[in-house]
Amino acid sequence: MTAPALHEVVASIRRGRRRGALLTVGLAAAAAIAALVAVCIGPVPIAPGTVVGIIAEGLFSTGRGDWSDSAQQIVWATRLPRVAMALVAGAVLAVSGAMLQALVRNSLADPYLLGLNSGASTGVALVVLVFGGGSALLFSGAALAGAIGAVVLVLMLAGAANRRGPLRLVLAGLAVGYALNAATSFLVFSSDSPEAARSVLFWLLGSLASVQPIALAAAAITAAIGLGILILIAPMVDALAAGDDSARSAGIDPERTRILLMVGVSAMVGVTVAAVGGVGFIGLVVPHLARRIAGGRHRAVLPVSALLGAILLVAADTVARTAFAPQEIPVGVITGIIGAPFLLVLLRTPSSSISTS
Amino acid sequence: MIEACDVTVRAGERVLLDRVSFRAQTGEVTGIVGPNGSGKTTLLRALVRAAPLSAGRIALDGHDLRIRPRRWIARRVAEVGQRSQPDPSLRIVDEVSLGGLAEHGVLRSGGAGFDQRVADALDAVELSHRAFDRLSTLSGGELQRVALARALAQGASHVLLDEPTNHLDIRHRLEIMSLLRLIAPTVVIVLHDLELAAQVCDHVVVLQRGRVAGSGSPAELFQPHLLDRVYDVATHVHPSPDGRTRLSFSLPSPNTPSSPTTKDHP
Repeated sequence: MTAPALHEVVASIRRGRRRGALLTVGLAAAAAIAALVAVCIGPVPIAPGTVVGIIAEGLFSTGRGDWSDSAQQIVWATRLPRVAMALVAGAVLAVSGAMLQALVRNSLADPYLLGLNSGASTGVALVVLVFGGGSALLFSGAALAGAIGAVVLVLMLAGAANRRGPLRLVLAGLAVGYALNAATSFLVFSSDSPEAARSVLFWLLGSLASVQPIALAAAAITAAIGLGILILIAPMVDALAAGDDSARSAGIDPERTRILLMVGVSAMVGVTVAAVGGVGFIGLVVPHLARRIAGGRHRAVLPVSALLGAILLVAADTVARTAFAPQEIPVGVITGIIGAPFLLVLLRTPSSSISTS
Repeated sequence: MIEACDVTVRAGERVLLDRVSFRAQTGEVTGIVGPNGSGKTTLLRALVRAAPLSAGRIALDGHDLRIRPRRWIARRVAEVGQRSQPDPSLRIVDEVSLGGLAEHGVLRSGGAGFDQRVADALDAVELSHRAFDRLSTLSGGELQRVALARALAQGASHVLLDEPTNHLDIRHRLEIMSLLRLIAPTVVIVLHDLELAAQVCDHVVVLQRGRVAGSGSPAELFQPHLLDRVYDVATHVHPSPDGRTRLSFSLPSPNTPSSPTTKDHP
């Protein structure tokens, strides 16, 4: 093969960047449509035009159309917060997965790598089963406290990890995760209230059934700030993913930056887990899909992951609340059902981003 | 120019480098050789402040490295490490583009001028036609060339290479070696292959258990009295008609004279 002329290579570099931007815009539109459709679907179907009218009225006082009060109530009080939470949580989980996979340079990393999910679960189990708490806000608070506690524990155990690369951190995360999972299981099994145990199990699998406005606001603000910063510093993530020599050659201290980013990402995930529980598979699977369609540059991978994750979780949650209505299934069950076979398909394709070497 | 002055690096109780001093002159290729575990990679890491010094001082063009920000160092020093596992989904052009980060920073892109430099660098290592392939599809040698292209695009005045010919066949090894003097005015290279070092280096530093066992031109240093001691082998130097040094080695057992294993490279 003859080498292409230099100007062609330069032009292709530019084209690649434009394609990434176009992809992001397209996916953003798709996410908006998915959200709109999800708000329309439910026990009381509402027409898309009505939904748009109701939202516009609420936001910009565009004037009232011919919809009923109950429709307005359903959109603003029930479905919109839930869909918004799904958008935010899906985006955060997918981006965190992409970040942690790049930071520890392992394609099997997921957002719960540092024992976050296990800590949140133990927190919830403790509050519900031992102290008999029940409100959704208490769930969120306990989950956040548990998640923070777990991450602090992992960092302390890993100790000198900043000198030894990410492996020690990962192992500490695994150890803390197993220990906390055992503690949660013990609490669930030793509980004498089957109802409370069931509500903890439901929470463990992730659910958007009871979105607290304050949890939604906290998650949305954290996500907006976190995603904004990460997309800005995305080239740094590329350098870290390429190797420590690349990172140092770019003027980055690989060890310190890696720990800093891990802690930041974990904080973002912690707030999300506190709001929706441990929704699995999105953080593991979506980044692989995003890399497949957006290439390896994180400036493209991160926004594409965020949007794909948002779309996926909105869709999964819509199925979770409507498939067996009025009975709800935990959304984690749906993402698991979609995610596991999807991961297997990715593994089988030859140009997989999942390194087997 | 890089100057190391009494550099000492410790890992806990162990002394990895013990008062190492050497000078890598501008316009020269300086080789670092020595047996496994002699501290070659640690020395290279110390030169980019990746291994903290317990004592001593490293100066880059006369500036003390310790008090310089990382980006200042990165604008002057490119590092090509032993390739482990790069992110398999990055494409060649993505990794080579990372060479511009130190210069234009994370928030801005390098602009048309930098894109041109990336294309030039890809051309120099003959990877233009694969610019948009993912790193996961490359062989070890190709990955090494990608790293070299990244260093080229970086345009630093110093480049440090750790065993860049590790995974390369003879042809690509020669190509990389011919590129060495183009990459940067000051080159420091860790090599295992002494004959290769004799071919490409102007100056060689021989390390043994974290100390400098010898420093000078390859012709002065690659002699039985030094290599026998450092590597614990019997060294045989063969003068060859083309003026190059040919070395062969055997195990140092005086009772059973073994036939020397000749390492002949074209």
